[in-house]
Amino acid sequence: MTGDLVLELRAAGRVHADGPDVVHALRDVSLALRTGELVAVMGPSGSGKSTLLHLAGGLDTPTEGAVLVEGTDLATLNRAELAAIRRRSLGYVFQDLNLIPALTAAENVALPRELDGVRARAARQEALAALTEVGVGDLADRFPDEMSGGQQQRVAIARALVGPRRLVLADEPTGALDSQTGEDVLRVLRARCDAGASGLLVTHEARHAAWADRVVFLRDGALIDDTGVAPPPEVLLGADGFG
Amino acid sequence: MYGYQLRHEFERSTGATWPLNVGQVYTTLARLERDGLVAQTGESDEDGKVVYRLTDAGHAELTGWFATPIGGADRPRDELAIKVALALTTPGVDVRAVLQTQRTATLRHLQELTRLKAVADGSEDTAWLLVLDSMIFRAEAEVRWLDHSETRLARRGTTSPPANRPGAAAPDPADAGAGDRAVPR
Repeated sequence: MTGDLVLELRAAGRVHADGPDVVHALRDVSLALRTGELVAVMGPSGSGKSTLLHLAGGLDTPTEGAVLVEGTDLATLNRAELAAIRRRSLGYVFQDLNLIPALTAAENVALPRELDGVRARAARQEALAALTEVGVGDLADRFPDEMSGGQQQRVAIARALVGPRRLVLADEPTGALDSQTGEDVLRVLRARCDAGASGLLVTHEARHAAWADRVVFLRDGALIDDTGVAPPPEVLLGADGFG
Repeated sequence: MYGYQLRHEFERSTGATWPLNVGQVYTTLARLERDGLVAQTGESDEDGKVVYRLTDAGHAELTGWFATPIGGADRPRDELAIKVALALTTPGVDVRAVLQTQRTATLRHLQELTRLKAVADGSEDTAWLLVLDSMIFRAEAEVRWLDHSETRLARRGTTSPPANRPGAAAPDPADAGAGDRAVPR
C-alpha cells in the first residue's frame, strides 16, 4: 500500500465467544488513516467503538481480517515486537487518568522514550519539544495534580506523539472536560494532525467529531456510514450557509 | 445610510451567511418609508444615492424588536421532525436509514462550520463568530436529537409493538405546531 498509510484495518472483525453465545463486537471493518488525517468514530454505546480502538492499538487482536500500523501487519509480530511498535508508533489518550501521578509532565512524556532505550537527557529534550508543540511547554515540571484537566489531556497528547510516534488513538478524550476546555483539546489534536500526525478519535460529541477530516459511524459493530473528506473552507464561503 | 450600505452592514455582521439582494433592500426601505419607520434625509451622497434615517417610530420599532424574544410559533415548522414522524408511520420506510442519512449530512455541515470557525477564530470579527456558533449549536442539537430518536426507536423495538401505542408518536403534520411538538426538549 502507499507509504502514507499510518493505520489500516482490512475487513477487521472481532468475535467474542462466550460459551454458546457468539458476540460480534466488530464485523468487516475497513478503515484507512493517512498522514495528517484526523478521523472520528461515532456510534451508540456498544457499537464497537472501543473495540475498534483496541484493535488499532494492538491491545486486542482481530479474529478476522488484519490491522496494519505503518504498513506492518500486527498479526505477524511476536509479543516483544508488538510491544515495540506500540511504544514507537502510537500513543493512547483516554478520558482521564492518563498520567502517572508521581511523575512530572516531562517525565510522563519522556517515559515511553526511556522505555525504548533513549537516554534520559535525549528523552527529556524530546518530551519538552512535544510539550511545547501542544502549548504546555511551561508546565514541564508540574505534577498531574498541579494541572487542570485540559492541561493534563494536552500532556497526554504530547506523550502520544513524542519522538517518532505519529499516531494518536483517543478514546473520549474530552469526556471529563467542560465544553470549552474540550474544544481546546480538540484544537490541539487538530493542530498536531495538521502538522503531520494522525489521529483516530472516538467521541459521542458531534461538535468535537466535527474537527475531524472524516467522521465514520459504527452501529452493531459495523461501519454504516462516512462523511467523506470535507471540502476546504474556501468552497463554503460563497455558499448559502445554513439551510 | 443608503441601501448598499445597509446591505453591506448586514452581510458584514452575519458573515454573508444570508446574502441579500439589493433590490430586496430597496423594496423594504420603500415599505418602511410608507409605514413611517424611516424617512429620506433629503441629502444624497456623491453618487446621487438617497440617504435614509430612522424616524422616532422606527427607533421604537427597532428597540422593540431587540427587546422581544422570538417565539417558537414564529419559526417555520421543523421539516426534519415532520419527515421522521412520517417515516415512522409510513409503511416501507426505514426510519433508521432516514435518521442516519440526516446524521451524516448534518455532521458534514458541522464539519464545514467548524472549519470556517477555525479560520475565523483568530479574527476580531465577533459578530461573525457568534453567528457561526449559533449554527454550530443548532447542528449539534440536531445530531443529539437524531441520536436520541434512534435510541428511542431501539427501545421501542424491543418492548411494545407500534400498533399498541396510545397517542400516535407522529403528530398530525397538518397541525402548524407539529414540528415543534415532535422535538423532545
